[in-house]
Amino acid sequence: MAEGRCCRKDPCAVTIATSEPARRKRSRGSLSKQRLSGLFWQIVVVGIAIAVVAWLWSNAIHNLSVRRISTGFAFLGREAGMPIADAWLAYSPKNTYLRAFMVGIVNTLRVAVLGIVLATVLGTMIGIARLSSNWLLSRLAAVYVEVLRDLPLLLQLLFWYVVMQGLPAARAAWMPVDGVYLSNRGLVLPSIPIAEGNLWVIGTAAVGLIALYALRRQLIARQLLDGRPRRLWPYALVLVVGIPALVSWSLGAIWTITMPELRGFNFVGGLTLTPEYFALLVALVTYTSAFIAEIVRSGIQAVPRGQWDAAMALGLRRSFVLQQIVLPQALRVIIPPLTSQYLNLTKNSSLAVAVGYQDIVSIANTTLNQTGQAIEAIALIMLVFLTISLGISLFMNWYNARIALVER
Amino acid sequence: MTSVTDAPENPLPFARSRSRRAGSGRVIGWLRANLFRSIPSSVISLLLIFLLAKASVSFVQWGFWNAIWTVTGNQTGACRAIRGIGACWAVIPEKFRFIMFGTYPFDQQWRPGLATLTFIALFFLSSRPRWWRKELVLVWVAALAVIGLLMWGGLFGLSFVSQDRWGGLPVTLILATFGLAFGFPLGIVVALGRRSKLPAIRSICVLYVELIRGVPLISLLFMASVMFPLFMPDGVNIDKLLRAQIAFVLFAGAYLAEVVRGGLQAVPIGQHEAANALGLSYWKKNGLIILPQAIRHVIPPLVNTFLAFFKDTSLVLIIGIFDLLTTAKTAIVDPAWQSFSVEVYLFVGLIYFAFCFAMSRYSRRLEARAGST
Repeated sequence: MAEGRCCRKDPCAVTIATSEPARRKRSRGSLSKQRLSGLFWQIVVVGIAIAVVAWLWSNAIHNLSVRRISTGFAFLGREAGMPIADAWLAYSPKNTYLRAFMVGIVNTLRVAVLGIVLATVLGTMIGIARLSSNWLLSRLAAVYVEVLRDLPLLLQLLFWYVVMQGLPAARAAWMPVDGVYLSNRGLVLPSIPIAEGNLWVIGTAAVGLIALYALRRQLIARQLLDGRPRRLWPYALVLVVGIPALVSWSLGAIWTITMPELRGFNFVGGLTLTPEYFALLVALVTYTSAFIAEIVRSGIQAVPRGQWDAAMALGLRRSFVLQQIVLPQALRVIIPPLTSQYLNLTKNSSLAVAVGYQDIVSIANTTLNQTGQAIEAIALIMLVFLTISLGISLFMNWYNARIALVER
Repeated sequence: MTSVTDAPENPLPFARSRSRRAGSGRVIGWLRANLFRSIPSSVISLLLIFLLAKASVSFVQWGFWNAIWTVTGNQTGACRAIRGIGACWAVIPEKFRFIMFGTYPFDQQWRPGLATLTFIALFFLSSRPRWWRKELVLVWVAALAVIGLLMWGGLFGLSFVSQDRWGGLPVTLILATFGLAFGFPLGIVVALGRRSKLPAIRSICVLYVELIRGVPLISLLFMASVMFPLFMPDGVNIDKLLRAQIAFVLFAGAYLAEVVRGGLQAVPIGQHEAANALGLSYWKKNGLIILPQAIRHVIPPLVNTFLAFFKDTSLVLIIGIFDLLTTAKTAIVDPAWQSFSVEVYLFVGLIYFAFCFAMSRYSRRLEARAGST
């Protein structure tokens, strides 16, 4: 046992079957020598690293004192004085830098979350289209993927932004559906004003959805025991529709849809997605969807053909086979690269600065120019992105572990 | 269609027996098998044909039929009159030299042109598997030196041109190629360090890779352009392009390290054991036995990383370095040509696409080759 452990500590040590005492002696001798040299190299490398960092740091301290820039995060409490055009949190230039940063984080998340959802949907559709038996459809999907993957995202973003600016003015806005206007002021959608009552109803529906999901697992578990299928939809009706409706009625929540209206040169009411936000969203979604499409395609192709043949032989419908048999297996191949695409999309959302959408990077950049607090501003950017990356990774790893359990 | 490789290599089973059904004539048979197999498929086909036809007609109308190809001087009135109806391709010849070479002295622009051709020749040479030997490193060193000489000048009667006048396509190629050339050795060292048994070295490498990969490239570029001068002692003033280049090397190092690490993991443990049994030292073992196998495994992902990297160089636009995209964006600041950005972006997109498409095709061919052997 002791032998095994010593070898594991040092796998490079050669294990040759010799007589017991000689082997022990040799391995101990080489081990201590290797350990010493290992220790030596570690000390050298760490020493160099510390020396370099210390040198850079002392330079920085010196330069900062010469330029009379104080270090530290005290500037966060000062008045920001920068206008933010597209803020979801209440904000005015009189607010502090901290508040501006919060607005920036929300703006980044706003693009990233919606972008991830839309890119996943679009990418999955294109990935499946790429495998279609329809020659034209699969060929068009292939062209889409190839073209979007082979152009820099920043170029695509600038292109979409120029296209957005080239749209007709608000007066002559293009209206594909009643109440939806696309103009050089951005995309305007009908909206529902959110009051406290509405939030309660939405919250109840969300809780109902989670409960429904737990219930579904229960029902499937019971079905596995006795083979009798159970109905889910009555529960769904009660949990997701019935109870929220009751809450809405008792709270007297108002669900009126406000239609945007053209007044003068701009729209009043409704939800406006600014041209900057919309261009960024379109660029991120189309670009990332091309990568996701390839991931989905290779994931589906990784499912052995026998699975298809067996399912088709049972006389199941194609869509059923795809949804219930192929995709769950493909997901295991898809999830890890998909995670890195989600991370890429989030990081790429920082290109916002090129079109003037004020995400965290853009706001940090403005802060940096206004206050000279370069180190702090960039440290904040890094902190925010590392946190988001970590969050996505943790969630996707959890999800991956969960679906991996399906396997025997 | 010549590009058969583009078709799904392993289509879904229900698509397998395509083009088998005999119709009256091969064309009709093909159409029935591939476009009109079933009612839903026919509906999709018809819809796509309709949309495609509509899009092509309007593109041909805009891009060719109504387009203006030449304009005398800066008289863009005719162009502006047909804005939205027809393209104004006259902007491309007018701004071509600026987009390609930026503010490089006009009469000397054959030099960046030649440097670009040298880059392309270098890539072409490196892409041939039979050239993958040690001498290739020397070829790279020589080629990069020649490019440096062409761009800077100052020797052999070439006038000196400082970096802040460089621009356009050569800058894009320089950022990408030098980033790769220096990032690759760095990536190998970091990948080895990350697999090292020594905890301190391993944690430094992990920290480096995760930190760089966890943040957007833009923040690194900001760091290079704003923070870097703060970290240097007084009097040391490093040029903006070089600072961005350093950021790219660090960025490439982290990403390439992960690719190389994937290759290292694919080398069977028996190879390590055999090398150890021969009594090879750590560096000899890795240099002669492990790395050659590991890198051979990861050549296709390396090409893909380089492709991504080539596209990412465009981000220097944000810190104001004149690469291809920045020159394009600057070219249309000129009031006379302001409203023709779509044309310019399409043109620049074509250049980027040519490089990236060649690389992605190449990587796919390598993958197919690796898969067949």
